[in-house]
Amino acid sequence: MSLRSYIIARILLTIPMILLLLTFVFLIIRVLPGDPASLHFEKQVDPKLLQEFKHQLGLDKPIIIQYLDYLAGLLKGDFGKSMQDYSPVSQQIFSAFPATLELAISATLIMIIVGVLLGVQASRSYNSSKDHSIRIFGIASYATPVFFLGEVLIMIFAIYLHLLPAGDRIYASMSPTGLTIGDFHLRTGLYTIDSILEGNPSKLVMSLRYLCLPSITLGTVLCGIFIRLTRGNMLETLQSEFVTAARARGLKERTVVYGYALRNAFLPILTMMGLQFAALLAGAVLTETTFSWPGLGRYLVDRITFRDYTAIQGVVVFFGLLVAMVSLTVDIIYAYLDPRIRF
Amino acid sequence: MSLNIQSLTVEYHTLATKVKAVDRVSLSVDKGETLGLVGESGCGKSTLGLSVIRLVPPPGKIEKGNIILDGIDVVKCSDDEIRRARGRLVGYIFQDPMTSLNPVKKIGAHFIEMIRTHEPKVSREEALKRTQDTLESLGILPERINDFPHQFSGGMRQRVMIGLALALNPRLLIADEPTTSLDVIVEAQIVELLKRLKESLKLTLILITHNIGIVAETADRVAVMYAGRIAEIGESSGLFEKPLHPYTQALLNSVPNIAKKGQVLSWIPGAPPDLASPPPGCLYHPRCPFAFDRCKKDEPSLIKHENSEVACHLYD
Amino acid sequence: MNVERPRGRILVQFIPELTGLARRGLAGWAVLMGGTIVAILGIMTIVSPWISPYNPIAINVGPILSPPSLRFPLGTNHLGQDMLSRVYSGGGIMFQVAILSMIVCLLVGVPIGLFASFAGGHADKLASLVMDSIYAFPGLVLAIAIAAMLGPGVVNMALSIAVVYVPSYFRMIRSQVLTIKELPYVEAARMMGAKQRTALFKYVLPNVVPSIVAVATINFADAILTSAGLTFVGLGLPVSTPDWGWDLTYGRRLLTSGAWWVIAFPGLMVVLLALGFTLIGEGLSELYNPRLQK
Repeated sequence: MSLRSYIIARILLTIPMILLLLTFVFLIIRVLPGDPASLHFEKQVDPKLLQEFKHQLGLDKPIIIQYLDYLAGLLKGDFGKSMQDYSPVSQQIFSAFPATLELAISATLIMIIVGVLLGVQASRSYNSSKDHSIRIFGIASYATPVFFLGEVLIMIFAIYLHLLPAGDRIYASMSPTGLTIGDFHLRTGLYTIDSILEGNPSKLVMSLRYLCLPSITLGTVLCGIFIRLTRGNMLETLQSEFVTAARARGLKERTVVYGYALRNAFLPILTMMGLQFAALLAGAVLTETTFSWPGLGRYLVDRITFRDYTAIQGVVVFFGLLVAMVSLTVDIIYAYLDPRIRF
Repeated sequence: MSLNIQSLTVEYHTLATKVKAVDRVSLSVDKGETLGLVGESGCGKSTLGLSVIRLVPPPGKIEKGNIILDGIDVVKCSDDEIRRARGRLVGYIFQDPMTSLNPVKKIGAHFIEMIRTHEPKVSREEALKRTQDTLESLGILPERINDFPHQFSGGMRQRVMIGLALALNPRLLIADEPTTSLDVIVEAQIVELLKRLKESLKLTLILITHNIGIVAETADRVAVMYAGRIAEIGESSGLFEKPLHPYTQALLNSVPNIAKKGQVLSWIPGAPPDLASPPPGCLYHPRCPFAFDRCKKDEPSLIKHENSEVACHLYD
Repeated sequence: MNVERPRGRILVQFIPELTGLARRGLAGWAVLMGGTIVAILGIMTIVSPWISPYNPIAINVGPILSPPSLRFPLGTNHLGQDMLSRVYSGGGIMFQVAILSMIVCLLVGVPIGLFASFAGGHADKLASLVMDSIYAFPGLVLAIAIAAMLGPGVVNMALSIAVVYVPSYFRMIRSQVLTIKELPYVEAARMMGAKQRTALFKYVLPNVVPSIVAVATINFADAILTSAGLTFVGLGLPVSTPDWGWDLTYGRRLLTSGAWWVIAFPGLMVVLLALGFTLIGEGLSELYNPRLQK
């Protein structure tokens, strides 16, 4: 199968899945017992006010119409209106998204770097105490609730050692402004990148300081899988003949391990990255709450506190779409890199 | 370049058992000679070869014995010493050229990497030039220097392996089944190449194979291994004319001779022993047509008989 | 996976295996360790009413926010509650939620998996599509959405978590059934006229049980972490119930005043419990599907 037909087939497969996903979220929010509108109000509310409220949000229409409106709205990028002030949820989503993206990217970097390095170390000292301790670390870190680890790190680094901030991001007034050339303005919302674009090293340092603990927390909790995967692949690859042949040529052990074994064992690690994205987002929700990091996760949790069900629906849908897009991209990249998959 | 192996024992430790892949083998190879090491699959010859450069794969371990390679104590020297000896003092050719090269590395890069690892002062340009010269002498077109291994045929890949093994002008070359994965015509070419290189570079060669034909063609001396032990060592001409050990005799008999009409294919009944729990006495006695009582109890040691050494009670 | 002989009486076969576990290398040790941890924590939770020095929900049994001392070995929290008693009894909710969600998953996931994969065709494709969609979704987010609509409570939490994990059970069953379906002796049985249902129960089910156990234990660990997560975002339980998740959540605010013991010990308990189940699950998976055969 050529790459093109694979891509088409894969996209065709994604569409029903997305549809199912959207329907599922809709069913949860609108159809599950409990009318979202009345649930929003804690106490009894004047029926006329309730009716007006429902009307504003389109919750008074028949379920089928609501469903179709919902789907149609999504095609236009409308993720619904907040119950709090009827403002469009999409606005909030897109303003909170860059923070989550920044966290996700840096956590991924840590997850992979720590996971792969530890995995390589474990594979090199097979069955030694170092190997066992690394494996136990991998399992234990996965078993730790991410917010617990976050709180412990806050305790140590922010409260006792006063090294790093306990949460939040740079104050809005001090946030990097990005690149400005004449009328052209580029601001990604990722403060680290923006400070580089702005050419402001002190803002870069500050952004990194705030980013540090949350990404270490999230990255550590998820690195266990990569430790195991790398260790397994490396153990296998280190047995292969081209590795022995490389050693027989007197190449240095480090060259053999990283240049020969790891380079050939790396592809599955890339795919796993894509598969872990969903877990990354779930972890981000808790991490952002722990560190008051102003991203989508914290927005979701805020909306829960306010019982803003329409906003919750919008954010959950966004999460789902995000995961679907990412896994589609990963599959396509993988197919491009490894022709055998397309058969 | 002299190689002296004394009473080498290599064992593989698995969760359940210990297997003696090489059992008290003593062997020496003189400068400039070609030693053929033959035996069936699993007799320990590959393990013996890998021991010389201390690359026995785990869970294997050199348990006892000495290997002195050009003055270096292979068993006891440091990791760095043995690493420097590999490639520089000893060249190693592996059986399957398809899996012996790094699939993501260009052919030329293999050579350059090797040269610069052992001789860090060599510049890139010089390493490149040496690579090109080597490839040419192997019969590989110089423009293929930037191709990847999978773009070469089996025979070409084996030439590359030979080139890599000889890139730093080692004095000793160990070839482990160099032609087993190649077809007959290519095999002949590779054998020719090895003979030519041996002459021109004055190499000492250890040829490990189960193909007796190649050994007959190229070896000065032949060692026959069975179940981890040496059964017989002798000058190749003598051994082929008058094999002493019953195993050697059976081995030579089982080679089909196209000239002999009406020949019935012969084989050796039974199977090689389970090295985890070997039989007592001579390891070959269950399959030996000449076995007598002593064979079942006493292990024969290598004794001199005429021009060879043989481990068999028939000559004791 | 050992499919050579259909296992008749599963339980009877498990017991001698337990004793042989210590000899099965690292994986066996993992199972034993994990099992011990879980057993200890489980027993601790069950006997907590008898061993707790104070009533875990009684407030002001001691000074507010006092650090670990002889009288209160694990300190007290901002309501003056004894942390030791809360730690003893805090696991109850988590165990209940996890067990309940596991039961729901088994009752829903296993039958769907069995029949979809055995039937094949459109039913299988549809079921797989639905399950894959759920599986791909970030677990916690989905659980949050459901829990937000259902409201607080043990049952609701369990249901939210169950929905998230049903696909894992479904996939495991399905992959096992698909493999076993093709095996010669099942085909032979069918050819000899055995009904689908007989083949199903007699051959497939017994072989599938060990894998279900492995999946269940790993999902147990995930369920515990997810329930802690749900509590953390405020979708947990009424305030009064002693719960490690609750302590972790509310203990946050006390960190700045330096009262580390309020979250440290419950947190440690959660880690141990999740670790215990993960060890069991990982060990079992490796015993039945050994990855690195040397």
